[in-house]
Amino acid sequence: MKDAFGAPQSLLVLGGTSEIALATARRLIALRTRTVRLAGRPSPALDAAAADLRARGADVRTVGFDALDAASHEAVLGAVFAEDDIDMVLLAFGIAGDQGRDEEEPLAAVRVAQTNYTGAVSAGLVCAGALQAQGHGSLVVLSSVAGERARRADFIYGSSKAGLDAFTQGLGDALHGTGVHVMVVRPGVVRSATAQATATGTASGTVPAAPPTAPRGGAALLAPERIVAARSASARFASAPLEASPLTTTPEAVAEAIVTGLRRRSETVWVPGSLRAVMSALRHVPRPLFRRLPI
Amino acid sequence: MSVDTVSLTGWGRTAPTTALRFRPRTYEEAAATVRGCGPRGSIARGLGRAHGDAAQNAGGSVLDMTALNRIRTIDAGSGRVVCDAGVSLHRLMEVLLPLGWFVPVTPTTRYVTVGGAIGADIHGRNQHLAGSFSRHVQELELLTAGGEIRTVRPGTALFDATAGGLGLTGVILSATLRCHRVTSAWMSVDTERAVDLDDLLDRLTAGDHRYRYSSAWIDLRARGRATGRSVLTRAEHVPRYALPARARRTPLSFRPGPLPSAPALVPEALLGGAPATLFNELRYRGAPTYRIGELQRLAAFFHPRDGLPQWHRAAGRAGSVRYQFAVGHGQEEALRRIVHRISRRRCPTSDAVLKRFGAGDPGWLSFPVPGWALALDLPAALPGLARFLDSLDEEVAGAGGRVCLAKDSRLRPELLAAMYPRLSDFRSLRAELDPGGAFRSDLSRRLSL
Repeated sequence: MKDAFGAPQSLLVLGGTSEIALATARRLIALRTRTVRLAGRPSPALDAAAADLRARGADVRTVGFDALDAASHEAVLGAVFAEDDIDMVLLAFGIAGDQGRDEEEPLAAVRVAQTNYTGAVSAGLVCAGALQAQGHGSLVVLSSVAGERARRADFIYGSSKAGLDAFTQGLGDALHGTGVHVMVVRPGVVRSATAQATATGTASGTVPAAPPTAPRGGAALLAPERIVAARSASARFASAPLEASPLTTTPEAVAEAIVTGLRRRSETVWVPGSLRAVMSALRHVPRPLFRRLPI
Repeated sequence: MSVDTVSLTGWGRTAPTTALRFRPRTYEEAAATVRGCGPRGSIARGLGRAHGDAAQNAGGSVLDMTALNRIRTIDAGSGRVVCDAGVSLHRLMEVLLPLGWFVPVTPTTRYVTVGGAIGADIHGRNQHLAGSFSRHVQELELLTAGGEIRTVRPGTALFDATAGGLGLTGVILSATLRCHRVTSAWMSVDTERAVDLDDLLDRLTAGDHRYRYSSAWIDLRARGRATGRSVLTRAEHVPRYALPARARRTPLSFRPGPLPSAPALVPEALLGGAPATLFNELRYRGAPTYRIGELQRLAAFFHPRDGLPQWHRAAGRAGSVRYQFAVGHGQEEALRRIVHRISRRRCPTSDAVLKRFGAGDPGWLSFPVPGWALALDLPAALPGLARFLDSLDEEVAGAGGRVCLAKDSRLRPELLAAMYPRLSDFRSLRAELDPGGAFRSDLSRRLSL
């Protein structure tokens, strides 16, 4: 059960290698969390993440979970919920894709959409049903500022996140009054080792809605050749002034914002908080002008 | 019997969960609900005054007992009352006072049910003399997991587990109470100010045995030499002959008038530290240094906040957390440390109460232990509060003390066994009587009771 400050005792992470998710899990273990289930594709990274959390005193188990295999979600996640109550589900999987290549290979673009949107819709609905049956719990979904307004630079990724964001908002309204709390988290540019590695070549970094946000368990979901491609992309843009922007953030900051959001039972969380004002301005910029913005 | 799906919280309005609420009107309906409650179990709920999640059951059934509200017999000669568990102490006072009887124990609100009073084993300002509520229960009827009704008497293991057992041993259906004889509905109140915490402890130790009711409001915003300054109020029932002529005409009348409800939205600016400091300053300075024999009506003395329905809304949107702990005699140093830590942290609290407890009660999860009990309300939105209260818990547990489960909404489960030594007995009795888990609450899940 969550306590008066919204700290859960059991946590299910979908996308168990996501840096944001792991930073959040570490924070929650320091509060009340004793049971963690990490769902993701079996990989050394997933096992390493589980070992790290185990060393912090939690009972951690990994669960084989593939976002693209929507047919299996009900069985896999149903088994997790059948064991015991899950106080919080953190939906953290997703892939950044590679805008340039995805535009040329529609199948690769579809894969981004299927992972980020279709997979999340299926997993989200399964979790929402289970949470509703137990009468309590939080579903926290990692969206992105990229979904707030489509940009030339990453509209494939952005559109998948826009779909996820709209889905989550609607789900939150549908579950209002059922005891289930749905929170959508919109981080800006997340600066971390993996984020650098998986960043697509779209980052200009000068404006918030820059490259896709966190890795979102990306490492487990990206095929090896994609990681290499992403690395070379990030190398190309290594000189981009990412650090210069005050609107970039870190997995730890996102984790902190999630914990605060749980305490306040927030429905929408921007990280950093100033993004909310920036994005509400950008949303209303006329398209001819928006196209010309260096973002 | 009406059934609906509702989102429920405790009085602190934190951690809402949804449950199926049944409102049984007869014992048979209650038994049928418990028998058919399903895998997530059921829990009884009264008027929802428990501060935390004791009367919530996420995804399961909640038995709203307030429709079982008959007072069955009153023996006006001996003060023995048999009533259903859903009868409120307010109703009991309305009926009993004109007959010259008063409930044996009343907390700071009279809107609690008899069942809830036993389940939480509530205490009042007379704890040092009269103990807690269940000490005045001669018998109770308990609906157990199988759906049968058992009569439980003091001195048995089931009674000790049920008194303070937070409804986890079964649903209390009715109780036989022994009431306290009074000849008027007036109190004679003595007030004195204590300049700091040591002064307060001395005064409580020296004079408590002379009064039936005693407690102290403590200013936890005061710092430095004034840390723990307080206003001590102690009272006795006034005998009829001592009333002034006008009051003597209707000495037992009890008609407390409710004021309008607190507004649904309270500006957050009114909840901060500065208003609390101002309020505390006025309250301390406004109290007489020493006054004896002030006449007050019962409701004004015991339940000043009941005049303002929904006063818990005043804690703001995020709700509030009530922190109540007790440490034994000889642990005054721990109490001092905690009071100093709270006042140094400048928590916006203005209703902290310190009480000297007398002998404890046999209930296994009953809160009172001989010693000192401090209770305070804190806004749940206060940043860093979770960790701060965790560190206070460590201090309390280290001093052999405990926190009150009926008010808890955030205790670290690992500390529970150290605070309640009879916890293992409670767990094994539950495992024996209720192997299928027919009685569960959010509190029992959170703390693995």
